[in-house]
Amino acid sequence: MLTIRRGIIMKKTFKYLFSLFAVAALVFTFACDQGAQQGKSKSKTLTNTKGKGFVRCGVSQGLPGFSNADESGNWSGVDVDVCRAVAAAVLGDADKVKYTPLSAKERFTALTSGEIDILSRNTTWTLSRDADIGLTFVGVNFYDGQGFMVRKDSGITSTNDFQSGLSACVNIGTTTELNMRDFFTSKGISYEPVVFEKADEVVAAYDSGRCDTYTTDKSGLAAQRTKMQSPDDHIVLPETISKEPLGPVVRQGDSVWEDIVRWSLNVMIEAEEYGVNSSNADAMKSSENPAIKRLVGSEGELGAALGLGNEWSYNIITQVGNYGESYKRNIADTGILPDRGPNQLWTKGGILYVPPAR
Amino acid sequence: MDIKNTTKLFTNFFDANPRLKNYLPQALTLFFIIFVIGYFTYNAQVNMDNRGIDFGFRFLGEESSFDIQFSLIEYSGASTYARAYLVGLLNTILVAVIGIFFASILGVVIGISRLSPNYLIAKVAEWYIEIFRNIPLLLQLFFWYFAALRALPLPKEAINFFDISYLSVKGLYVPKFVWTNFDIFLYSIIASIIAIIFVLKYARKQQEQTGRRIPSFFISVGIIILIPLFTFLFGGVSLTFEYPVLKQMSETIYNYVGGVSIIPELMALALALSLYTATFIAECVRAGILGVTKGQKEAAASIGLTPVQVLRLVIMPQALRIIIPPTTNQYLNLTKNSSLAAAIAYPDIVLVFAGTAMMQTGRAIEIVSITMLTYLSLSIVISIFMNWYNRKMAIKEK
Repeated sequence: MLTIRRGIIMKKTFKYLFSLFAVAALVFTFACDQGAQQGKSKSKTLTNTKGKGFVRCGVSQGLPGFSNADESGNWSGVDVDVCRAVAAAVLGDADKVKYTPLSAKERFTALTSGEIDILSRNTTWTLSRDADIGLTFVGVNFYDGQGFMVRKDSGITSTNDFQSGLSACVNIGTTTELNMRDFFTSKGISYEPVVFEKADEVVAAYDSGRCDTYTTDKSGLAAQRTKMQSPDDHIVLPETISKEPLGPVVRQGDSVWEDIVRWSLNVMIEAEEYGVNSSNADAMKSSENPAIKRLVGSEGELGAALGLGNEWSYNIITQVGNYGESYKRNIADTGILPDRGPNQLWTKGGILYVPPAR
Repeated sequence: MDIKNTTKLFTNFFDANPRLKNYLPQALTLFFIIFVIGYFTYNAQVNMDNRGIDFGFRFLGEESSFDIQFSLIEYSGASTYARAYLVGLLNTILVAVIGIFFASILGVVIGISRLSPNYLIAKVAEWYIEIFRNIPLLLQLFFWYFAALRALPLPKEAINFFDISYLSVKGLYVPKFVWTNFDIFLYSIIASIIAIIFVLKYARKQQEQTGRRIPSFFISVGIIILIPLFTFLFGGVSLTFEYPVLKQMSETIYNYVGGVSIIPELMALALALSLYTATFIAECVRAGILGVTKGQKEAAASIGLTPVQVLRLVIMPQALRIIIPPTTNQYLNLTKNSSLAAAIAYPDIVLVFAGTAMMQTGRAIEIVSITMLTYLSLSIVISIFMNWYNRKMAIKEK
C-alpha cells in the first residue's frame, strides 16, 4: 500500500517537473526567436506597416482642431492629418490609419513599447524628451505657447493680476506643469496645482470653480473653450509664458521611418509654399516649375530615396491637402484660432520654414 | 522501454537516495524561478538597448522642477525626485491611515447594528452594506468628488462653522495649531501613557488578588488630562490658533489664506475609501459575533452581566479572533485602493511619482518597480502588525 502511494506521488512529481521543463523550453524558444528578430533589417517599422496595411498612430483623447473623433468615430485635426499623410505616402491611402487615443501620461510609453509607430498628439519638442527617453522629434506642425484661461467676471485681464493663493488646474505629465512652476516661482506667487489625468477632468474641475485658472497651450485653451458650458464666460489671457513647438514623434533608432514621417510633414508645408493643393495637383503635373513637378512626382526620384513609390507626395497632396488646407479645415473654420499667427509661411510673415524637398 | 518502466527506474533510484528526492524538486523550482526572472530582465534589457533607453536610478537625485498641491513635508520644485517620491508616499500613508481609522469605527458600529434586535437599526445597517459594497469604488469616488463635493459653494459663500472653519468647493479650512515648546507637551503625553499602563496593571492585579475593583478608567482619564495640563501651567507650553481668513484675489475670486486647508480631493478619497471598506469590515464583525456560540452569551447573562458587559467582556474578546484575519485583508485592500487617487487629482504616490515624475523623466521601468515595491512593503508592514495583534488576541493558556 505504502509503496503504491509513493509510486503515485513520484509520478505526480515527475509530471509536475516535466511540465515545468516544457514551459521553460517554450520560454527559451521565444527568447531565441526574439533575439533573432532584433538583428534584422533596419527599417522594421516600414516593413511592418506595409505588412499590416495600416499606420499605427497615437493621438489625443479628444482635442478639437488637433485630434478629435466625431460621433461616428472619424478622426480629424492637424495632428491626425500628419498620420494620414504618412499613410498616403507609404500605403497610397490616407484612410489606412489605426488611431490609438492616449493620455499625456501614456503617450511616450505607447511609442517606445511599440504599440504605435507615430505619436502625433500635440506633443512639445524639448531637449530632455528628445535626448533622454528613446524618442525622436521629426519636426513642428504647430507653433504654440502656454497661456492661462480665467473667468471673464473675475476681473483678471493679465497675468500681472495674479495673486498668491491661486489654484490652477492642469493636465498631468505635460511641459505645462513645469512651465507653470517656472512662471509662478519667478513671479514669487504661491499657487496650488490641481493635477488631473484627463483633459476632460481638468476642464470639468475648472468649470465648476475648483480652480481659478486653467493653463495649457493656447491652442488647447481655445479648443477646450468651445467645449465648455458657456464659452463666452471665459477669456484667454494675452500673455504667452513659454515656447511650445508641437510636432510628431517617432521611436529612436529607425532613421528610415523617421525620414518618411519628417518629409510627409515637410511636403505638406512645401506644397502650400508653391501653391499646390488638393484640387490643382493634377494640373500642376505639367507645370513649368521643376520644384512643383518634383512635388507632384512628375519629375525626379524623391520617393525612391525614402524607400517609397514616386507617387508618395502626390498622394499626400491630393488625399490630405497642403498645410494651409489642413489648418483652414481643422483650426480656422472651426473657430478655434482663425488667425494663423506664427503658423503662417515664412514668406507671409510666419515662421513655417521647411528644408527644400529636392 | 515505456513510461511505466522509466518511472519505476526513477522511483527506485530516488528511494535509494531520499535526500536527493527531497531536494531535487525544490532545486529545480528555484532554478526555474531564477530562469524566468532572468529571462524577463534580459528581454527588457535587450529591448531598452534597441530603443536607446538606459536604465538607472540616478534621476532620483535630480531636481524635480514640478510642484505638488499638498505635502506633509517641506517640498518645492527645487527638491529632488526622491523627495517627490517621499511626498507621494506620505500622502498615500495619510489617506490609508485616515481611511482605516474611519472604516474600522464605522465597520464595527454597522456590524453590531446589523445584529441589533431593533428592526429599524438592523435594516438601515443592512441596506447601507448592500448598497455601498455593490457599487464599484471608482464610481463612488467620482460621485463624492465630481457630484457631491462640487455642489459646495464658492469660498465667498462658504459654509461657516462657528467662524473658525469654512467649507467650500476649494476645501475645508480649519484653524492651525501654533505651539510653543511642543516637545515638552509631547513628553508629558508619553509620560501619561506610561503612567496609565502602570495603573491598569496594578488595577488588574488588585482585582485578581483581592477582588477589589479600582475605577481605573476614571484614573486614566484624570492622568491624561492633568499631566499635560500641568505643562501648560508650569512648563511654558502654550497653544494659539491661526484662523483662516477670506482674501479677495480679484473682483470675483476669493480664497482662504492661513490655517490648514484640507483639500477636497483628500476628503473625497478618504470618504469613499472609508464608506466602501466599512461595509466589508461590518460583515467581518458580524461573522465574528455570530461565530461565538450562543451558550457563551447565555452563560454570561445568567451570571448577571449587563448586555454591554456581555458584549465587551465575553463576546468581543472571542469574536476578535475571528474578526482580525479577514479585517487585515480589508486594510490591505483599502491601502491598495487608495491608488485610485490619481483619478481625482489627490497627489498620492501614483499621481506624483508614477504619474508626473514618470512623465518628466521617462523612466517607466524604474519608477513602476519602485512604486510596486512600495505598495508591497506597505502591505507587508500592515500584515506583520495585524499578525502580531492577532497573536496577542489569541487564546492564552494559563
